[in-house]
Amino acid sequence: MTGNHDVIVIGAGIVGAACARACAARGLQTLVVDAAGVGGGATAAGMGHIVAMDDSPAQLALTRRSQQLWSAIAAELPTEVEFERRGTLWVAADEEEMQEVLRKQTVYAAAGLETEVLDARSLAEAEPNLRPGLAGALRVPSDAVLYPPAAASFLLRQAMDLDAKLLAPQRVVAAANGQVSLDDGSRLYARRIVNACGAEATRFLPELPIRKRRGHLLITDRYPGFVHHQLVELGYLKSAHSVAADSTAFNVQPRQTGQILIGSSREFDAEDSTINHALLGAMLRRAESYLPGIGRLRAIRVWTGFRAATPDKLPLIGPWPEDASLCLATGHEGLGITTSLATGELVAAEIAGVRPEIAAEPYLPARFGDGIRTDSESMLFGEAAYD
Amino acid sequence: MKKDFDILVVGAGPAGIAAAIAAAENGLRVGVVDDSPSPGGQIWRRGTQPPTAARRWNDRFEAAAVVRMMGWRVIDCLRLTPEGGILRAECNTPGVQPADLHFRHLILATGARERFLPFPGWTLPNVMGAGGLDAMVRGGLPIEGKRVVIAGTGPLLLAVAAQLTAHGASVVAICEQASLAQMAPLALALLRQPGKLLQGAKYRWATRKTPFFTRCWPAAALAEPNPGPGSENEPQPRLQAVTLHREGKQWTVACDYLACGFHLVPNTELASLLGSRIQDGFVVTDQQMRTSIPAVWCAGEPTGIGGVDASLLEGRIAGLSAAGKTEAARALSKRRPGMQAFARALERACRLDPRLRELADDQTIVCRCEDVRMAALRGRSGWRDAKLHTRCGMGPCQGRVCGGAAEFLFGWSAGHAHPPLYPARVSSLMEEAEEEAMAASSSHPAIEPE
Amino acid sequence: MTERTAQDISINSIELSVDGVRVRVAPGATVAAAVLTVDARTRTSVSGEPRAPLCGMGICFECQVGIDGVPYQRSCQILCSPGMRVTTCGEPSLP
Ligand SMILES: Cc1cc2nc3c(=O)[nH]c(=O)nc-3n(C[C@H](O)[C@H](O)[C@H](O)COP(=O)(O)OP(=O)(O)OC[C@H]3O[C@@H](n4cnc5c(N)ncnc54)[C@H](O)[C@@H]3O)c2cc1C
Ligand SMILES: Cc1cc2nc3c(=O)[nH]c(=O)nc-3n(C[C@H](O)[C@H](O)[C@H](O)COP(=O)(O)OP(=O)(O)OC[C@H]3O[C@@H](n4cnc5c(N)ncnc54)[C@H](O)[C@@H]3O)c2cc1C
Ligand code: FES
Repeated sequence: MTGNHDVIVIGAGIVGAACARACAARGLQTLVVDAAGVGGGATAAGMGHIVAMDDSPAQLALTRRSQQLWSAIAAELPTEVEFERRGTLWVAADEEEMQEVLRKQTVYAAAGLETEVLDARSLAEAEPNLRPGLAGALRVPSDAVLYPPAAASFLLRQAMDLDAKLLAPQRVVAAANGQVSLDDGSRLYARRIVNACGAEATRFLPELPIRKRRGHLLITDRYPGFVHHQLVELGYLKSAHSVAADSTAFNVQPRQTGQILIGSSREFDAEDSTINHALLGAMLRRAESYLPGIGRLRAIRVWTGFRAATPDKLPLIGPWPEDASLCLATGHEGLGITTSLATGELVAAEIAGVRPEIAAEPYLPARFGDGIRTDSESMLFGEAAYD
Repeated sequence: MKKDFDILVVGAGPAGIAAAIAAAENGLRVGVVDDSPSPGGQIWRRGTQPPTAARRWNDRFEAAAVVRMMGWRVIDCLRLTPEGGILRAECNTPGVQPADLHFRHLILATGARERFLPFPGWTLPNVMGAGGLDAMVRGGLPIEGKRVVIAGTGPLLLAVAAQLTAHGASVVAICEQASLAQMAPLALALLRQPGKLLQGAKYRWATRKTPFFTRCWPAAALAEPNPGPGSENEPQPRLQAVTLHREGKQWTVACDYLACGFHLVPNTELASLLGSRIQDGFVVTDQQMRTSIPAVWCAGEPTGIGGVDASLLEGRIAGLSAAGKTEAARALSKRRPGMQAFARALERACRLDPRLRELADDQTIVCRCEDVRMAALRGRSGWRDAKLHTRCGMGPCQGRVCGGAAEFLFGWSAGHAHPPLYPARVSSLMEEAEEEAMAASSSHPAIEPE
Repeated sequence: MTERTAQDISINSIELSVDGVRVRVAPGATVAAAVLTVDARTRTSVSGEPRAPLCGMGICFECQVGIDGVPYQRSCQILCSPGMRVTTCGEPSLP
């Protein structure tokens, strides 16, 4: 394991696994180091919605590209990845939100994404358990659902088939100038180091513009057919989540097992994994306001996870201005499962020195300036993002 | 619904009953909440027969000024401070609103469950726990004339055999995995507790016609031959016989039920959720049964598997201590060391033979909720890794069954407990804690699910 | 309808139905015991195996049945009451 590698990827979450796979595919000698196991961080806590998102053109480009990459490997994914093209329904509660449906459709069409507008009746037919009186929805059929830890495992296995190596459990305590220091005192060397530590990325780069953003999820017992699509409200657009305040949104997902995953919540400055009962309650009541029968389902478990949030809701992918050996692959907020594949593609292209499939500029850490940031209070974090 | 108590006891087994009585007799408002429909815990559970052995305790419990919530399970902790806290409980009867139980002091008396080990055929209908079959019979399962094989380890096997025999079952074999030599020190420890020794002798006398094998365990449970496809009302496979293994020899015994339990696993989920210190699987307490968390006591099996007498003693100590009767509690706690010596002897006597790890083959299901087979678990690095990548322990029992098996098979220890402690209606997690509501007085009638 | 009995039936026995079969049980009997007098199983596992009660004390969830239309009830922790409608092994219907 010691000696020189082309690339050391720190973190075996879905982003690290995707980076390793893409690097190995480019013939780079790759080592992955993780403090725990594979896919045990945010990847184990996320919803696994593979979703095209249009908060900004750059976000749409990244999610769209990722979706294409997931489609390309869909046939190879083993059953435990539970990949299903469920499609998303962006649910509009009223006419104002219906306008947003139409706007979204135009934007998606321009990006080559086919969608379908459902009126109130066809929405009720598609999802009979939604409350009556909703205005309609935008159906995005290409969106999918998967089980993230198994997907991370699969991506890493593919990387290892291409001679990548895994070192775990082994905690990295410092990484700079081509040198990675481990918990046990040993050192590893590589031409490039990829920091794919998710919300933990600031541990050895405290100046990164990343804040932890905690989210709650609840999984129910098996109720096959209760919902058919991933259901997401458009309401959060106008319910004006303030930057600082905690927020919830209706976001419900059918799992292949027949279970229902209920989200979502967002809160800053919550550092431990305990349940915030007030926020959990608000999240569930929000879900119930769309799916009146959901209160009667049986919950099996509630948990929390941490998103790595950036001020402009775009990830940090690419070289870090202060250390040419470091490459970042973090800051994916609520979209890292989706965007892992395009992230891997961008990282591998950067390290191999070739032109990537999509423009890398919007995601470059350098967009925050050279010193990036010095004072977390001055960071302006955007509105609540999706998931 | 909101209820206010000075002292809230979770679990109405011997420990919880003793704790509640001790606290109530000191004039405090006491509530007891238990998942079961009637009090008594695993050993005094009532069922269709009137309580006998424990009538004295049951009578005292019935007479005590205690709010009894039977058929309610604690699903979450909403708040916990040194001044008290709030637990949320859900009623096993659908349609009843959840209850927020406010307390100043909390006593955990959550008892223990059986340890189950996977072997081929153990998922067949009519293969049950030893205590499990006993509980089913007390709950009205007709057992008269049925052939039963009892297997596993510990004094529970004999107790269950005697109980089932009394109900008219024909116990065809008792299989104890331990050797006689391994069990001998337990008999010595029992000498110091003549009551227990006498009880054991009574049990053995009651089952004197039944062969008792040591170093013996079930190698496989066998199903009735399937009649094959075609018939419309196709009978489902069910237990027909058990292949027993002893010192390299195997033979098959026909039976209707296999009752199989490999000693007990403490129920520490609630203690874990509250963040109390747990060491080697047991809740750590001081001599007054105080846990590492202010305002929380623990008594009975979660602190060590010591049998009913230890549970009663610890319950009384906890009840007195929580009621502020420190001196009385301290006086009683002088009797604990003897009980703890028995618990240690019991643990050694029940230590599982490593060969039991070989019982499950690749195809044997380990996690019964998610049907995860042995082959999928081999090579996983730990409980969490297995959970994430195989779904083991992710079902409704949340690892209460497979966790105890995995601990023995692979040495994995289960992680921290998450809410809800038991599956709960989504609506039960929707509301924040009710702060203002009517106070529960000790004269309140028992809250029963019906 | 066939009729089965569990335990000795006294005058004050309870009548309920299990998958449409009438069952009479003694007061204090659990739903799990009532089910086992009609069928050997309570539920179908996620891979299709028939399952029946294991622990008898509320922790294994093998004894889950539908009671009066509500799925996923642990039948070992619930006492029979007159007129109960119990369904076993069904598809998890929505409550
Ligand atoms: C509630 C919730 C719902 C979500 N839903 C979705 C969704 O539907 N769709 C979607 O696309 N995304 C979703 N996300 C976001 C997604 O889960 C994350 O963006 C993604 O998992 C990030 O992956 P990662 O590999 O960057 O991080 P992680 O999965 O956190 O991986 C980081 C890895 O780095 C390791 N590590 C950390 N520090 C060190 C160290 N010092 N040394 C060695 N290793 C270290 C950790 O052990 C871990 O394995 C959701 C997130 C949350 C919290
Ligand atoms: C069938 C059987 C026979 C036994 N026979 C003997 C014997 O003859 N002699 C002997 O010494 N020991 C015997 N034992 C061991 C016996 O369990 C203990 O000695 C004694 O019952 C322990 O008392 P306890 O109060 O600690 O726990 P338990 O009796 O296990 O009671 C704990 C109670 O807590 C409840 N509970 C747990 N968690 C929750 C929650 N979250 N919410 C609500 N309620 C909860 C449970 O439903 C249970 O009723 C036997 C055990 C079994 C299973
Ligand atoms: S038999 Fe185990 S929960 Fe009912």
